[in-house]
Amino acid sequence: MDAEAAKLIGAGIACIGMGGAGIGVGIIFGNFLQGALRNPSEAPKQFGNLIFGFAVTEALGIFSLAIALILLYAS
Amino acid sequence: MTIEDLSLSNDPIHQFHVDNNVNQPLFGLPAEWGIGNVAFNDAALFMVAATGLTAAFFYWAMKPAAMVPGRAQVVAETGYNFVHGMVRDAAGEEGVKKFFPFVFTLFLWIFGANMLGMFPYFFTPTSHIIVTATMAIMVFVTVLVVGFAKNGMKFFKLFFPSGIPWPLYFVVTPIEILSFFSRPLSHAIRLWANIFAGHLLVKVIAGFVPALIAAGIGYGILSIIPLGMTVAIYALEFLVAFLQAYVFAMLTCIYLNDALHPGH
Repeated sequence: MDAEAAKLIGAGIACIGMGGAGIGVGIIFGNFLQGALRNPSEAPKQFGNLIFGFAVTEALGIFSLAIALILLYAS
Repeated sequence: MTIEDLSLSNDPIHQFHVDNNVNQPLFGLPAEWGIGNVAFNDAALFMVAATGLTAAFFYWAMKPAAMVPGRAQVVAETGYNFVHGMVRDAAGEEGVKKFFPFVFTLFLWIFGANMLGMFPYFFTPTSHIIVTATMAIMVFVTVLVVGFAKNGMKFFKLFFPSGIPWPLYFVVTPIEILSFFSRPLSHAIRLWANIFAGHLLVKVIAGFVPALIAAGIGYGILSIIPLGMTVAIYALEFLVAFLQAYVFAMLTCIYLNDALHPGH
């Protein structure tokens, strides 16, 4: 196989990882909303935890995006 | 010029190149300032700028030290209180006493470097893994040194969490050891990849605009879509710039807390 084609296919495969991060971020915000609607007065105190969980989960999606972009432009 | 030519001639990775000769038109510092490969390049310039601007701002803002603070003093005090609360929540009063200046410096420097990098044509030091890895290793070594100095051999209790039946140690201990030693890796890559991928994404999507305009008048109208997306992603990047500084400092606090109280 042509190396250039393999690179493009690899970039596409790497982007699958972003789907998992999408599911994770959805679970985090969905569960936060669920908890926040049950007890709205406690919700602002958990905002730090929410953002922290979001950033840690989103970072995994960013990793696969970085791999895809490196394959496309930097290698 | 075809669409392919335009989208390929737009080189989104170029913004991360470190220019050792510093012959960029915007920052044309003389090349004689450096000796060999240790030139005062744009990476060094922006690291010094991030340090200097943050320090200068805090000096200037806190100079009056008024009982009723002015606008700048409110900003400085809010930042101080924000990080102070973060360290206290994650590492306790002992952590505040020992590590608050370290965490505050890390947070401010990363935040300053990220925000400085948001200006177009500016260099972002945190988009280079050598910079983030240096800070992550610094935190890792601090955890090791403080952990062994304070707890001695009891520091190994980190790998043997209390309150579980002993046969589980065969499973839990290898996992704990693995997660402990992969910390500096994930710590460094998280900050680097977020900033790197974010800045790259802005450039890639912005590159669609001239490509669509060059494709003809019909496609040219469509170029409003990537233009709007560029603005939206740029706004998101401001959030990421703050968030990653926060997450880096937060994780530092959590790791340092392990060094102070290894028994979970």
